[in-house]
Amino acid sequence: MRTLLIPLIFIFLSSYSNLEAPVMKVISFDEFEAMTKAKSDKIRIFNFWATWCAPCVKEMPDFEKVNADDPSVELYFISMDDGRKPERVTNFIEKRGIEAPVYLLDDVDFNSWIDKVSEKWSGAIPATLFVTPDGKRHFHEGVMDHAALKSTLGQLK
Amino acid sequence: MNMNTHHFTCLLIALMVSLSAFGQDGYQVGDKASDFKLKNVDGTYVSMADHEDAEGFLVIFSCNTCPYVVAYEDRMIALHNQFAPKGYPVIAINPNDDKASPGDSFEKMKERAKNKDFPFAYVYDETQETTKKYGATNTPQVYLLEKEGEDYVVKYIGAIDNNYQDASSVTKKYVEDAMDAVLTGDDVPEKKTKAVGCTIKWRKS
Repeated sequence: MRTLLIPLIFIFLSSYSNLEAPVMKVISFDEFEAMTKAKSDKIRIFNFWATWCAPCVKEMPDFEKVNADDPSVELYFISMDDGRKPERVTNFIEKRGIEAPVYLLDDVDFNSWIDKVSEKWSGAIPATLFVTPDGKRHFHEGVMDHAALKSTLGQLK
Repeated sequence: MNMNTHHFTCLLIALMVSLSAFGQDGYQVGDKASDFKLKNVDGTYVSMADHEDAEGFLVIFSCNTCPYVVAYEDRMIALHNQFAPKGYPVIAINPNDDKASPGDSFEKMKERAKNKDFPFAYVYDETQETTKKYGATNTPQVYLLEKEGEDYVVKYIGAIDNNYQDASSVTKKYVEDAMDAVLTGDDVPEKKTKAVGCTIKWRKS
């Protein structure tokens, strides 16, 4: 019994430590839309990215910095990675030490939902949606550096 | 205000509204697209005007590096094989600056075309002038052009279909449906679609 128990404890402990690993949730478009429409007293930033998108990966630290420095902001990374291979995203989060919550939007019928995010969006990433506490939406397609983010947030406040 | 100025004001407002809604750069469906002369992976220069037998073209903004493009390469080959015999060959244009994206250099294009045995022209828009004129935003992005006299009229802009991951799970074949409509002289059912794609890597000016 004892010989069986020890490996069991190890399995339990290792699965427990996995729970502590960074969270990444796979969501549908409806779930994403509900997130953008949820009530919040913060300016929420939804940044569309993917692990393979070099300009996206490059701008992530600037987003994380704003999120860490400004308590009136709440950042979400919305991954466009392949929903069949979520480990690519979880590995990335771990390796880069991403702090903000990451969601993988798993809906490849893009044309059915891109305009619902913003009619201004061509579909190219990176792209970022800002939602203010009163529900107003502001959309930006393309890279944003720290200064651009600060200036946009300044306008939205 | 008399009737004429009133009409004029209404017209002006309507014009301004439509400009703000559709005022983005590049072609819209119904516009006349301009020809180009771009270097193909075989070393020749390709223009639409060279294809005297063509009835039109499937111009696809493409590249080597984008995972969505890679997912669609076999479907691009299939589109060419299906529609080139009907007068609509594929011309793939790589718009990406090779300094911003070294994997999209002309040399790498040659390798990709050879490895995949592309049956269509794969040309490099090094100056990005054609890409800007067309208003392409991401790869892969299709412009279906129909020859009308000397003009190339845009009939469809957008994605190939609605499932990049799995060709067998596709429920909407946008380009095939648009092609079928053009070939039978019908109105294209969905004239413009959007897809998540890789942003075009612009040159730093």
